[in-house]
Amino acid sequence: MRIDGNGLINRAKPVSFQFDGTTYQGFEGDTLASALLANGVKLVARSFKYHRPRGILTAGSEEPNALVTVGHGGSQDPNVRATTQEIYDGMDARSQNRWPSLAHDVLAVNDLGAPFLGAGFYYKTFMWPKAFWEKLYEPIIRRAAGLGAISGEPITDKYERAYAHCDVLVVGSGPAGLMAALTAGEAGADVIIAEEDSLLGGRLLSEAGEIDGMPARDWANEVAIRLNAMSNVRVMARTSVTGAYDGGTYGALERVGHHCEMRDGLPKECFWRITAKRTVLAAGALERPVAFQNNDRPGIMMASAVRAYVNRWSVAPGKSVAVFGNNDSAHDTAADLLAAGVHVCALIDSRPDATTTLDVPFYAGAQVSGSEGRKELEAISISRASGTDKVQTDCLAMSGGWNPTLHLACHMSGRPDWDESIAAFVPKPGMVPGLIAAGACNGVFSTAACLGEGAGAAVVALEAIGLQADMPKMPVAEDRDYSISPLWAVAGKGRAWLDFQNDVTVKDVKQAAVENFRSVEHMKRYTTQGMATDQGKNYNVQALAVLADATGRGIPETGTTTYRPPFTPVAIAAMAAGAEDKGFAPERFTTSHRLAVKAGAPMIEAGLWYRPSYFPVKGETHWRQSCDREVGYVRNAVGIADVSTLGKIDIKGPDAAAFLDFLYTNMFSSLKVGRVRYGLMLREDGHVMDDGTTARMADDHFVMTTTTAAAGQVMQHMELVSQGMRRGMDVRFTSVTEHWAQFAVAGPKARELLNGLLDAPIDGESWPFMACGDMSIGGVNGRLFRISFSGEHAYEVAVPARYGESLFAELRSRAEALGGGLYGMEALNVLRIEKGFITHAEIDGRATAFDIGMQGMMSKKKDFYGKGAAARPGLLEDDREQLVGLKPTGVVKQLTAGAHLYRDGAEPVRVNDQGYLTSVAFSPTLGTYLGLGFLRGGRARHGETVKMVDHLRGIETTCEVCHPVFLDPNGEKARD
Amino acid sequence: MRIVCPLCGERDSREFSYKGAALALAYPSEEAGFEAWDDYLHNRDNPAGPTRELWYHGSGCTSWLVVTRNTTTHEILSVELAEDAPESRQEASA
Repeated sequence: MRIDGNGLINRAKPVSFQFDGTTYQGFEGDTLASALLANGVKLVARSFKYHRPRGILTAGSEEPNALVTVGHGGSQDPNVRATTQEIYDGMDARSQNRWPSLAHDVLAVNDLGAPFLGAGFYYKTFMWPKAFWEKLYEPIIRRAAGLGAISGEPITDKYERAYAHCDVLVVGSGPAGLMAALTAGEAGADVIIAEEDSLLGGRLLSEAGEIDGMPARDWANEVAIRLNAMSNVRVMARTSVTGAYDGGTYGALERVGHHCEMRDGLPKECFWRITAKRTVLAAGALERPVAFQNNDRPGIMMASAVRAYVNRWSVAPGKSVAVFGNNDSAHDTAADLLAAGVHVCALIDSRPDATTTLDVPFYAGAQVSGSEGRKELEAISISRASGTDKVQTDCLAMSGGWNPTLHLACHMSGRPDWDESIAAFVPKPGMVPGLIAAGACNGVFSTAACLGEGAGAAVVALEAIGLQADMPKMPVAEDRDYSISPLWAVAGKGRAWLDFQNDVTVKDVKQAAVENFRSVEHMKRYTTQGMATDQGKNYNVQALAVLADATGRGIPETGTTTYRPPFTPVAIAAMAAGAEDKGFAPERFTTSHRLAVKAGAPMIEAGLWYRPSYFPVKGETHWRQSCDREVGYVRNAVGIADVSTLGKIDIKGPDAAAFLDFLYTNMFSSLKVGRVRYGLMLREDGHVMDDGTTARMADDHFVMTTTTAAAGQVMQHMELVSQGMRRGMDVRFTSVTEHWAQFAVAGPKARELLNGLLDAPIDGESWPFMACGDMSIGGVNGRLFRISFSGEHAYEVAVPARYGESLFAELRSRAEALGGGLYGMEALNVLRIEKGFITHAEIDGRATAFDIGMQGMMSKKKDFYGKGAAARPGLLEDDREQLVGLKPTGVVKQLTAGAHLYRDGAEPVRVNDQGYLTSVAFSPTLGTYLGLGFLRGGRARHGETVKMVDHLRGIETTCEVCHPVFLDPNGEKARD
Repeated sequence: MRIVCPLCGERDSREFSYKGAALALAYPSEEAGFEAWDDYLHNRDNPAGPTRELWYHGSGCTSWLVVTRNTTTHEILSVELAEDAPESRQEASA
């Protein structure tokens, strides 16, 4: 219930919200947890496995129990921690993992079956029959055990990603973090201070102490104001640093829009990538519970949380509160409760020599050994040597000591040290390069010591980056010793919870040890201890202490499990922000794109490029009709296609020819100026990398083309050869792919078309096959190449990209006047298959020059890249799969790419595999399907009949093996 | 991970792409023979410690770099331009 006091809530601003359909009031500054407790709501959740009633355990991001779902539909967030969710007007939160309601949950029957549902139950029980696991057991178990669910609807919230750089990143804003940021800020460093809470101050906001004679929270507020006023300091509240990565890189999640109603433009979360020269980890410490029988009832809370609710939110979590601990901080909780006017019914300290000056019933050397109540705590049992007392209480504040929040320090595989004096793990220096732990996360617990460590860490960080830094004047603060006597689990019968979120008890961990899961990593996976969304932040150390005890080892020898990012859950939507749909992937459009789309061409992606599939005309109902017509343009009249997407690399320099001789298998230094040559490139391992034509424009100037897909790879390869293997060569090259619009003009009427357009007409003598050179069209200078990818008399005409669209339109209308027109990728593919020209369907990374019948292009007169490797045994054997042509001869006249080849009569199974088809097309020119493929020893098998089987599509036929060039085998048409 | 490109300065690793061991620079001649080619193409050390590897600054200056990196800590010990790095296998592995 709400009490008087000066909590950090704005009583002038009431906030109305819903939980499970009931409307409640809270105040500005409340979290969902504090507002529910203020309204007397204790039962907020059901546990994962046993569906036990659960309440709020903590007041921070480590909360295991109080998970709720907030929002609806595309804006629904499951597993939101009520302890970090700030309330806002109209917020709708719902409990999870219960049916039909939180108070009456049918699956609570699981709790009765608990004796049979211990660790390993699923592994042992749902073994047989094997097929049942996926279809029956797992879906049922998943439905019974669970957390919140996503709505399944497309996300409607906006998420963002952002980047930041700084000199010093300060993680956390308790006394250590504030002093670190202040010291670094005043020294002039670029500082980012990240705090997961909405306010700076850390534990100072929840405790009653003083700094420099003023309430600690006021001191924190003053420092926050000073930091906010510094232009070199960026204060990031509601921002959790979630992971530490190489090179001073940190991931951080900023909750931008969770604390208010979503409005247009506001992102819900922003995932930051922060790069810091130095980092001060001031993440504080987390209090751990004590395992005792039924320690999971609603009303049993962490002592630090009880203190936070009383001091920060002016909420009493119970009418009559008992406090139980093994260390001094439990006494502070009792003192703060008394000061706030809350009745304390018992202070129980497990240390026999403990004393108190507080006016409360005090039990030294005693332990809480059990609890009663169902949906909320009603009583506890207090055991000591003299016997057991039962005390009525509705809230128990427990403290098993403090674990430094060292997670980030361990994210790069570092293992922490065990510090016996505080019975906790502490970070070792240097576990993350550039990260310095300070304050409670470094195992130092008094306020004065935390202030000092924060300032000291900042000075070390500043000096490391070359900034002048002095220790500031230190504020006066409490400086008591911390005393603890370890207490992990209270002896006794019944279930004592370790992992509240995954329902793991002391008994489960002991069972794991009995079954020889003695390694802490094995125990974790067998029991699922620490594997829930909270990652066991509160209680992992207890669990391994219980394991250490059960296996007769010490805690340091038992060790910790591996700490991995993220520290708190991060929505995939935040990490993937900006990547939905096309994301940041660029779209590359040719200069003819607009006209192609206008002509109704379906565009297909080719890498980042978009290319037209075909250009339908009125009356055509199937792409094959368009394709066949367009093939006819090229074979009978003239066709126009945009080929600008091919990679174009401009190469210049005295050594350009020698450089190309090394890159290509065949000779380029012998190429005459004004001529084009087809070339083949190998990888270092002797397999084909790419092919294309290269034109010699001048002695020291070449223009290379690559395939569309491999343009980037070839460029990178050329850089490696030039910078790494042929360093002395005087050659420079640059990509000019986007600079030129290039169009194929192909067909028997190609020259007729061009001669109506070129400023200076051409003839067979001035432009023979494979000629190239400068030309002009309407005064625009460009280039003309007489090359052919269709086997017809053909040219490629290139103009600066800004003239591309108008030239395309002009070429189109002139082609149409001659009985031709545009052709797309489908027709282009048919034309090249008819001619047996290869693409990356054939040179797929496994083919050698020998395999594709181009062994003759591997020059014997010079070294070239991949030559030595291409000569290795196994790459030149006659029984390798070699490129062949295939024509259907069976009843089924269809071929399919990807189908496999077998000897006629052989069973179509893997061991009999003879090869496969890489490309197929229906040839309107020849009136049949044609295929290109690889067949074992295929070059010697022309004329043989083989069986084609497409196991996936269920197609089987026979084909005749033939030469891969189906049309005009001597290439007379292109030379015509 | 961050790599200090000798030409561009310190940049995020996503500007770079990785090729493999810097031994790729020790390209054998065509007559080197089967053993040398097999070694060049396939045999790589897998050290727990410093290793020299090729990275391409594709989103920057298009330099090929030889990065010496500790495989156990990911610490980057040195970065040099491939055109300044030793070419021979012996030198490159030293």
